[in-house]
Amino acid sequence: MLYRENGQFKTSYRADQQMLPILQDRIFMGLLLLFVFVGAPFIFSDYFFLSILIPFLVLSLAALGLNLLVGYCGQISIGHAAFMSVGAYAAYNLVLRVPQLNFLVALILAGLIAAVVGLLFGIPSLRIRGLYLAVATLAAQFFMDWAFARVKWFTNYASSGSVSTATIDIFGWQVNSPVRKYLFLAAVVTVFAILAKNLVRSHMGRAWMAMRDMDVAAEVIGIRPVYAKLTAFGVSSFYVGVAGALWGFVHLGSWEPLAFNITLSLNLLFMIIIGGMGSILGSFFGAFFIVALPILLNRAPEWLGIAMSTAMVSHLESMIFGSLIVFFLIVEPQGLARLWSIGKEKLRLWPFPH
Amino acid sequence: MKLAKKMKILAASVGTVATVAAVMASGPVQAQAKEQFFPSLTYRTGAYAPNGVPFGNGYVDYFKLVNARDGGIGGVKITFEECETGYATDRGVECYERLKGKGPTGATLFQPLSTGITFALTDKVFKDKIPLVTAGYGRADSVDGTVFKWNFPLGGTYWDAADILIQHIGKKEGGLDKLKGKKIALVYHDSPYGKEPIPLLQERSKMHGYELLLLPVTHPGVEQKATWLQIRQQRPDYVFLWGWGVMNSTSIKEAVASGYPREKMYGVWWSGAEPDVTPAGDGAKGYNALVFLAPAGQGQVHKDMIKYVYDKGQGSGKAEDVGEVLYNRGMVSAMMAVEGVKRAQFKYGKKPLTGEQVRWGLENLAIDAAAIKKIGFEGFMNPVGTTCVDHEGAHTGSVQAWDGKKWHITAGPYESDLQIIKPLIRASAAKYAAEKHVPVRDCAKDASS
Repeated sequence: MLYRENGQFKTSYRADQQMLPILQDRIFMGLLLLFVFVGAPFIFSDYFFLSILIPFLVLSLAALGLNLLVGYCGQISIGHAAFMSVGAYAAYNLVLRVPQLNFLVALILAGLIAAVVGLLFGIPSLRIRGLYLAVATLAAQFFMDWAFARVKWFTNYASSGSVSTATIDIFGWQVNSPVRKYLFLAAVVTVFAILAKNLVRSHMGRAWMAMRDMDVAAEVIGIRPVYAKLTAFGVSSFYVGVAGALWGFVHLGSWEPLAFNITLSLNLLFMIIIGGMGSILGSFFGAFFIVALPILLNRAPEWLGIAMSTAMVSHLESMIFGSLIVFFLIVEPQGLARLWSIGKEKLRLWPFPH
Repeated sequence: MKLAKKMKILAASVGTVATVAAVMASGPVQAQAKEQFFPSLTYRTGAYAPNGVPFGNGYVDYFKLVNARDGGIGGVKITFEECETGYATDRGVECYERLKGKGPTGATLFQPLSTGITFALTDKVFKDKIPLVTAGYGRADSVDGTVFKWNFPLGGTYWDAADILIQHIGKKEGGLDKLKGKKIALVYHDSPYGKEPIPLLQERSKMHGYELLLLPVTHPGVEQKATWLQIRQQRPDYVFLWGWGVMNSTSIKEAVASGYPREKMYGVWWSGAEPDVTPAGDGAKGYNALVFLAPAGQGQVHKDMIKYVYDKGQGSGKAEDVGEVLYNRGMVSAMMAVEGVKRAQFKYGKKPLTGEQVRWGLENLAIDAAAIKKIGFEGFMNPVGTTCVDHEGAHTGSVQAWDGKKWHITAGPYESDLQIIKPLIRASAAKYAAEKHVPVRDCAKDASS
């Protein structure tokens, strides 16, 4: 009843092309942003920011980046944690060696460096596809793991191979408290999400989707595969590189190459599979599912007042988490984002189901 | 209809998540009680559980013992809570955030039992003002209390460990100068933990002219065929093992398979417990390892433990496991924490203390032979005395060997060579201070406060 676009006439191309064509969506998004930037800092505890919201935001950005490649362009990659590590180490070295550089500039440069590396590892996609490509991207994972563990220059000759970062300073604004970290991340992620949303509606996004749906047909209608595939790799790696830099600087503070291992790559892939391939919103759902759910499950017995050994709790956590993944994939193989859109469809008809 | 069902499920799950989030958002409830809260970061699951479980048991059992036998620390009851890290850094940090505010005065101190988590928490404790005690692990440069105000690598670091092992094999060869031209292989866990000893071994290699082979093993360390193939080709004179969890027993098994003499293998003290050697069976005979504190065995404190905790059915593990190497290490770690609080109580009174107050106690620890005897740890540790400059407090270690059934101390005690280690610590700490913009303390000025 409330959620219906009746009477909302579009009288110009501009109105027809806007990102959120339905008024209610715009109101909802406005309220959500208001909550994220104004409400949330007052509501949540430091623990909630540090352990859930901050990793959630960073990994949403990474999942978003991967989704551009896998969900929109149909190129599978299981080496994206490697591009995250490129971003993280690039930002670390930029900040260390060029201290006068503003962090935002370093962040963008780190993203660009990751994009270049992503382009290089994207070249095989021109010849191979599907699972074979996935195997090729694994090379990126192992190569980067090796490079950052062995080439001492990247870690500034740290004896243990672990690097740590100084506090981020943006025009005198110190990103040092949990709330500030959260706000900084929320701002970055919002900007990047809006960019991504627009990108996939642009000619570039349409080229990616054409490539995903059928590459031969796409070529026939004049889309260059080299251009489409490589831009997807580049843009995706850029996003993921920025996420990697944020993961290192804002979330971890100090890290070793192990922080960006194959497990993280697989987790990113799970995020977009569970959240929804080819959906910006799905990246966020997926990231929340993977980041927050295990922690919530781990803490649930405590809140419910059930005394249990820590080992038992962790085993239960893995079991329930695993079965929930299976459950959601059976209920909706296309991901949580699909559930969301089904919900919206239902809401349009409500209260008259037919 | 199908859609309606899906919607219901979705609504239900969203509702649950929202409720849980609301519960999490409300901060910890502060109850002012006469209690001292100790968080316990353990790993009872995952690849490192065989080592994490006995350590975790010893750690919390000692708190139970202090409560049952002494009625707490100076009348202040100890409370504790475990949190499972699975040896993963991110979960360790989550546990830290979860537990740091608990108890009437917040967490007393943290002992993560993971070098990776130690690295991550080192940055955080500066701000939260909670001591980070890493008894015999953690980052070696944190000995320097002028930079690492909140870190306490009590009783030994990996640089001491590597130094003592070199001294030991030097002695066996008939002098450190005899090491010239020898080959020493370091088989290490490819993580901050395994990489810690490298700078010292390189420094010593420059001095004595031995060749150092670095052979990393990736987590969790069950795949070492390539590493041991290299050992077979290069034939090093000694192998140092810097492993943890299943990696240790795998290494020993590989040594058996490739015919490398176990007598020439030396493990760091985390590669020298029962779970490391027993899986290799008789093959482990002759294998050596370093000990800082807490060898296997039983003393007065173990008798008390059985009497006050296990006989009452309060023990965390099995009574027969009391006295295992890792159990003893957990106990010694907990004991150091308790002694730190005791010391701080002298200054601040017998009441629940904050992390900041306990930090003073840890920095002024003086556990001498008499004190060790009094608390029943005779034969399980060396005297520890910390200062503002030296947060480690002891630099001695021995070498033990496995005879197929038991660990025996075979050589030592050795004293690590501070002439070599100190400049390394200074340089590394100064680098950290510069990178992180950490102010360097003036110990002469700080001594009064």
